[in-house]
Amino acid sequence: MALLQISEPGATPQPHQRKHAVGIDLGTTNSLVALVRSGTPETLADESGDSLLPSVVHYAADGSNSVGLLAAQRAIDDPLNTLSSVKRLLGRGLADVDSLGAQLPYEFERDDGGMPKIRTRRGTISPIQVSAEILRTLAERAERAIDGMLDGAVITVPAYFDDAQRQATKDAATLAGIKVLRLLNEPTAAAIAYGLDGADESTIAVYDLGGGTFDISVLRLSRGVFQVLATGGDSALGGDDFDRAIADWIRRQIGLGDSLDPKQQRQLLASARAAKEALTDAECAPLDVLGWRGEFSREQLDAEIMPMIDSTLRACKRALRDAGVAVTQVDDVVLVGGSTRTPLVAARVGEFFGRPPRANLDPDLVVAQGAALQAEVLIGNQSGDDLLLLDVIPLSLGIETMGGLIEKIIHRNTTIPVSKAQEFTTFKDGQTAMAIHVLQGERELVDDCRSLARFELRDIPPMVAGAAKIRVTYQVDADGLLSVTARELVSEVESRIEVKPSYGLAETEITQMLKDSYSHARDDMAARALREQQVEADRMIGDLTAALDRDAHMLSNSQAQCLRVAVAELRDLRRACSEHRTLAQQIQAVGKASESFAALRMDSSIKSALAGHTLDEIDQD
Amino acid sequence: MTEVISSRSYFEIFSLPVGWNIERAAVDARYRQLQQKFHPDRYAAKGDVDKRLAVQTAALINDAYQTLISPLRRAQYLLQIDGVEADQESHITSDGVFLMSQIELREELAEIGQDGASPAALEALASLEQRVDATYAGLQDEFSVHYSAGDQAAAFDIVAKMQFFVKLLDQVEALEEQLDS
Repeated sequence: MALLQISEPGATPQPHQRKHAVGIDLGTTNSLVALVRSGTPETLADESGDSLLPSVVHYAADGSNSVGLLAAQRAIDDPLNTLSSVKRLLGRGLADVDSLGAQLPYEFERDDGGMPKIRTRRGTISPIQVSAEILRTLAERAERAIDGMLDGAVITVPAYFDDAQRQATKDAATLAGIKVLRLLNEPTAAAIAYGLDGADESTIAVYDLGGGTFDISVLRLSRGVFQVLATGGDSALGGDDFDRAIADWIRRQIGLGDSLDPKQQRQLLASARAAKEALTDAECAPLDVLGWRGEFSREQLDAEIMPMIDSTLRACKRALRDAGVAVTQVDDVVLVGGSTRTPLVAARVGEFFGRPPRANLDPDLVVAQGAALQAEVLIGNQSGDDLLLLDVIPLSLGIETMGGLIEKIIHRNTTIPVSKAQEFTTFKDGQTAMAIHVLQGERELVDDCRSLARFELRDIPPMVAGAAKIRVTYQVDADGLLSVTARELVSEVESRIEVKPSYGLAETEITQMLKDSYSHARDDMAARALREQQVEADRMIGDLTAALDRDAHMLSNSQAQCLRVAVAELRDLRRACSEHRTLAQQIQAVGKASESFAALRMDSSIKSALAGHTLDEIDQD
Repeated sequence: MTEVISSRSYFEIFSLPVGWNIERAAVDARYRQLQQKFHPDRYAAKGDVDKRLAVQTAALINDAYQTLISPLRRAQYLLQIDGVEADQESHITSDGVFLMSQIELREELAEIGQDGASPAALEALASLEQRVDATYAGLQDEFSVHYSAGDQAAAFDIVAKMQFFVKLLDQVEALEEQLDS
């Protein structure tokens, strides 16, 4: 095992070296941020002591925004400018909005091909921008708590989020100026927080029902390794849907039609939610809304939500089947998400798995806590010797072939990272371009799956039909994010690729939004950008110096000398330069120059791993 | 991709002799050991180049693991090492008895699916799955015999049969899912 660094008694272990990373749970209804202090993850509270930040942003007429409770209080008197539950719109298209449309009291911009934007008095606003406001508020809360700059964050996403939804979450973080260490699946985060890896080997199921999403993950735990065997769910099912079912019930009792104005809709939903929460402990809840008084019982609630719970249990069944695990082999069941407080949910889950589920950690906090633990390992504060997460991709990835059919390239529940290649050819003589349509989903027809992006591969040298060999490679990284590359193999001509994300923001849009936010607080953002580059420069100088000290023998003398000079130059620039772009350019140049050295070092570490050493020996090098 | 890892066989990466028999527990342990070392999470605090190399290396380790633990993929991979491309779907076995039994199994499956979900249908499906599993296991034994004897043509024919069975098992699972919902 690697030696732990133990500081001398009384000496502080280089406090300026300690980095600050947090875990953020960006939820549909509430969001949280957690930080590890003395080994324990703690959720951070605002001035009034609340950990939960309602995921609501209010856009005021005077140009200011409020986030959280203050914003939520404007929901009824200013519904069109008070945006909530936008997580349901992240990475979604207009068609999805049409199916959710009646339920969301907003006005949508319809003339845009990509993600729907919401019309407010302050112009049209993308769900990504709303999420960024929430993330920024949490990051500021964290920076107050640590009294310093945040170095990075692990942000959780529903395990069942597709590529577009994950990318949208990452874009929101970029917009908020947060460095994302990892997108972590919510059920996996909860499993870490529970730390159920005491036994030699066990199988656990995490049932996570939040405000707007449902996940089920089946994991195998073995000495610190959390291996997800299968995951399933519904990224548009949660407590919000319970509220809507109850609101609908009330509407029927009052005898109102379904064309309520946004204000009435919000009032109905608020009173439905209050009744649902009251029924966690009570058998009956009083109702007083829109001038109507009545009662709603536990029994009535159960009847309204039963079909939704049934649908989550079907997903559990499928996940177990995909995992190759029988229900009797599950050693532990964990409940996560505020909606598992509804008594019928816990009861049905217990019934399904044949054992009482665990809920000893607060189901609202546990995801952020797990994310904080992972953040601490990733930022390097805590040795990661023991904790390792092996997650899966929730939905298959494919490519459009002839006749609107999909050929799957990576199947659902494949462990990530993963890289798969498939070869295609041209079907016309002299064909010089090829369209590549990337899709995600389980169905066989293009129309039934989610379109992620369209590529055009150009500059293929003209050949007879069938002679070109085009290799398309799908690579999914540890965040569950896909990148696609395509190459023509016969000519080895480098081909150009144009990407059009189907439901995301284009790179240029993000840049524009970032510029806009710069112009609001130019100095502040410039200072932050410079600080980020300085941190990166320090990391690079430190890493390369250490690598050269140890492994310079892998390089020729002149190569090593070149790198030493590059490092020295970077060090000088780091001291003198106050312009973040200049520093960034130099960092990039040094990175490029050290690329082959990095590959040589990786090779050497692989070689020693392959030489049949034991893990302990490998760790010492 | 770094040269060292992409130039080695999956068996080498897992410190195994090239051959049909593998000890699953040892493969699992070696897998965890390799991912402990090369998973991108171990490189989160490093620069972009290291991160990219780690993603590629971990992806290759994952593919190696999946290939070794799947009987069909392992069989195909063994033949590939010997220069026989075994995942050609175009090869159809000329074993008439085998083809006949395939058709019968498929018909049986279609019949079970016809009348929708019922306890009887689920029972019939479970019984079919058991028989398919048993036959698939038998094919693996046959492959092992031909492969060890160096009879590549016979081994290749068995792989084609195994492909049939893997597809059939997929269909059984799909029907199970359909009957469940």
